[in-house]
Amino acid sequence: MNLSKSDVLHVARLSALALSEAEVDRIAGELSAILNYVEGLSSVDLSGIPAEEGSRLPTALAEDLPVQSLSTDWALAGAPDRSGPFFQVPRILEEGR
Amino acid sequence: MSTSIHKRPLFRGWEVVVGLEVHTQLLTRTKLFCRCDNRFGAPPNTLVCPVCLGHPGTLPVLNEEAVRLGIRAGLAAGCRISPVSTFERKHYFYPDLPKGYQISQYAQPLLTGGSLKIRTDAGEREISIHRMHLEEDAGKNLHAGIPDSSHVDLNRAGVPLLEIVSDPDIHSPDEAVDYLKRLRLLLRTTRVSDGNMEEGSFRCDINLSIRKPGSTVFGTRVEIKNVNSFRFVHKAMVFEIDRQIDAIEAGEKVLLETRLFDPSSGRTKAMRSKEEALDYRYFPEPDIPLLVVSDSMIDSQRRALPELPEQRADRYCAALGVQRADAEVLVAEEELAHYFEEGMERFRSTSKGEESFKKARDRWTSFILSEVLRETNRRGADVLSGPTSVEHAVGLIDRVLSGSLSFSQAKEVYARAIEEKKTPLDLVEESGLVQMSGEDELLALVEAVLSDNPGEVAAYRGGKERLFGFFVGSVMKKSNGKANPEKVNDILKAKLNG
Repeated sequence: MNLSKSDVLHVARLSALALSEAEVDRIAGELSAILNYVEGLSSVDLSGIPAEEGSRLPTALAEDLPVQSLSTDWALAGAPDRSGPFFQVPRILEEGR
Repeated sequence: MSTSIHKRPLFRGWEVVVGLEVHTQLLTRTKLFCRCDNRFGAPPNTLVCPVCLGHPGTLPVLNEEAVRLGIRAGLAAGCRISPVSTFERKHYFYPDLPKGYQISQYAQPLLTGGSLKIRTDAGEREISIHRMHLEEDAGKNLHAGIPDSSHVDLNRAGVPLLEIVSDPDIHSPDEAVDYLKRLRLLLRTTRVSDGNMEEGSFRCDINLSIRKPGSTVFGTRVEIKNVNSFRFVHKAMVFEIDRQIDAIEAGEKVLLETRLFDPSSGRTKAMRSKEEALDYRYFPEPDIPLLVVSDSMIDSQRRALPELPEQRADRYCAALGVQRADAEVLVAEEELAHYFEEGMERFRSTSKGEESFKKARDRWTSFILSEVLRETNRRGADVLSGPTSVEHAVGLIDRVLSGSLSFSQAKEVYARAIEEKKTPLDLVEESGLVQMSGEDELLALVEAVLSDNPGEVAAYRGGKERLFGFFVGSVMKKSNGKANPEKVNDILKAKLNG
């Protein structure tokens, strides 16, 4: 399967990535290779084997008991930018979501 | 599905089709996938941990209580509970969503089906609920007063939500508001959510389209996001219905888009949004395997289910003989319903015989629906305790029933009691309030009124019987509201007709 340039641009936009012309071509090739590798799995005969059973067991549930949260300084320690107790990000123009 | 053939209201000849999505925050102690506190109003970024901050290598673990509350809500609305349900990742990029995806239930929700009975001027019918599912809330973005950047508080990130999706089964703003009010009441009664709209625990998205009556295809639907009061839901819908009709009748097309309601202008406006079609790229959440719900979990929630508002209203009608319309108002606020019932129990135990109980019931009901309802609307549930608690209010109404106070005196005393934070009966003592019931006293008042108004007396005797009310009013006025109205009636009748 070969990804077209427009496929790559679509995925890039969903991922909020800006790609140069050269990058689009390179990534189209790289992603196509990955898809082709995974596509090889479809040659395995899986008839009669349910898609998810066995791989998805009942999930564990946690009791509703609070545990100490991080301090604000720890929480913000890895952030690229902060302002007082807040994460600071580039101005969001869109409203709602 | 409608319980009866229901005539759909038309707007300028168009039928309106609405589906509502409600996001309600669950009353758990901790978040959906980590054990940070689920609490409103804490200082920014104090209720966060590596899981809800979306750090790599962390593992979400589903909150058992959130599952229980979901099941309880589903049972209350008559939903089918899926023994096995799934969690998926819903991808989008936004600063309040640290992982870059929201964990939600997509392929197989916890709850499907169900319905809610609504009652509007157009009658009673069932609104069917398509599905309810668990998902996590996002954080909060702040923009106001910040130049060139936005701030993010992630205390809300990961708070458990139940999303409740109705079928496109609603056909007017009145129906939408009634549905939302009843849904909120149901969630509050079952302690699934506090339903606090100011704090965002009950938020509503409206999907609205119009079509010609009789048409079976849907018009293009517009989504109005995050409308956070019943009044705004009504206004937003009224505006949007007109806007869509205007557009179509002018030969334009309604665009498939998301709009926001602006309360200051009363209009909806298109959201500034990138032109990309949203593609959430759902896939199974590998960190949350299947949610398997046991029968015992369902049974225990079924046993924990309290009396629901609808059943309560039925009981008021059947067991207490309250009028349907009154019962509906009484059950609409839980605290008020408890206040009413507690009072009724007291009257039941003190009333001698069925007739005197009925009298007490009618007085008490009307007192609550006028005075108490007004004061709780104005000042909140505080007026239901303290100096105007059930006990004190019942004492006041007892005075009315025994004839020592008039009903209008009692209403006045009640309002003053709240104002002055004293018990009503203390006020009665203090101001020496007593109803004037003595025959001689009343007779003197009646005679004074009749001799002051000879013209009206002659007219009444000449057949203008409507004037009777005028005489009663005049006597009441002369007594400063203290006269016993029933006795005044009797004396007046005897005097005028005798």
